[in-house]
Amino acid sequence: MSKEWPLWEVFIRGQHGLNHRHVGSLHAPDAEMAIMNARDVYTRRNEGVSIWVVRSSEITASSPSDKGPLFEPSNSKVYRHPTFFDIPEEVGHM
Amino acid sequence: MYAQLVKSEGMKAREEMSPEEIAFQERIDRGEKIEPKEWMPEGYRKTLIRQIGQHAHSEIVGQLPEGNWITRAPTLERKAILLAKVQDEAGHGLYLYSAAETLGVSRDELMELLHAGKMKYSSIFNYPTLTWADIGAVGWLVDGAAIMNQVPLQRTSFGPYSRAMIRICKEESFHQRQGYAIMMKMAQGTPEQKRMAQDALNRFWYPALMMFGPSDKDSVHSAQSMAWKIKINTNDELRQKFVDQTVPQAEYLGLTVPDPDLKWNEDKGGYDFSEPDWSEFFEVIAGNGPCNKDRLGARVRAWEDGAWFREGLMAHAEKQAARRAPVAAE
Ligand SMILES: [Fe+2]
Ligand SMILES: [Fe+2]
Repeated sequence: MSKEWPLWEVFIRGQHGLNHRHVGSLHAPDAEMAIMNARDVYTRRNEGVSIWVVRSSEITASSPSDKGPLFEPSNSKVYRHPTFFDIPEEVGHM
Repeated sequence: MYAQLVKSEGMKAREEMSPEEIAFQERIDRGEKIEPKEWMPEGYRKTLIRQIGQHAHSEIVGQLPEGNWITRAPTLERKAILLAKVQDEAGHGLYLYSAAETLGVSRDELMELLHAGKMKYSSIFNYPTLTWADIGAVGWLVDGAAIMNQVPLQRTSFGPYSRAMIRICKEESFHQRQGYAIMMKMAQGTPEQKRMAQDALNRFWYPALMMFGPSDKDSVHSAQSMAWKIKINTNDELRQKFVDQTVPQAEYLGLTVPDPDLKWNEDKGGYDFSEPDWSEFFEVIAGNGPCNKDRLGARVRAWEDGAWFREGLMAHAEKQAARRAPVAAE
């Protein structure tokens, strides 16, 4: 049985200077081929100006079961949002 | 549809569900997306692998009837357009295989199941494309039917499947429009070209209706899939929508839908139409359509003939990596 090409995650930066964004994955034998394939699959309609690829096996992800302990602490910190503060209308835009 | 007869697990009554299953169903009911590493019932995972796998296979096998005309397209521009369309379908296959892989099955495993005849693809791709007008009919009707099914699936509960559908839907309308543009050209052409267009519609109409799968009264697997939101509309709902949308498009072309019983029904606000011949549908699904052997044969041949290439590139990559790796201290 032949060996399957490894899986890569593909990240693309669009035209407008935003962050690279995860767009999907693909199989390729090495990083160079992964970039070529990503060009062919994920930028057929001018979707990008820059491509990153990374071996899927190299990604460490937070665990879904930790969702609570990991993200809950920020729920109680509503003062981190500007809307927490009432600024009188007379002050103008802030 | 592209996944026509996906066997789903039996529907469970709420009293029979475990606490996890209840919590899972509630998440889906709230419209939350389920992501790959999260807990899910085994039946959900298995049904999705079947459905997404079947959908992926359909995209890949679906390249064959159109690929048949790439070298014979009537102009260089048409050739470039068809090539781009068929290339998109390869991409669709890739997005979907990737979504299936997040559920713990490898792409090679899915390929092997397809090649062994243990997984299906849409019945529509077992019909031949005999003339250039068929390429028009395929884009117009087959991609049109696919869109009907894929648009609601953008809201499916499984995150990777939903994201794949969103990407695919962005690309599909080009497919349908290029097909309709071919039909317009043919229908407005010489009498002979118009005859070809009519003939293509005659041959593809009922197979396109079959794409939505059996009638609801015979569709045994729907309830659980709908509860899980991996199926959003029933087969008959989508078929009706498709007919209502397509008939005026045929009229614009000056072509006749090959159904003597087709007529507008004011009360339901839609057309009454004849059902396809379901015995033909089940024959095609069982492997006895006009092109089943050809299609699967072409896939298996491509896979086997490409083995040396896949292995060669892998061997090269390993060699390069070994060369780059720091030499171990002696
Ligand atoms: Fe497609
Ligand atoms: Fe398409």
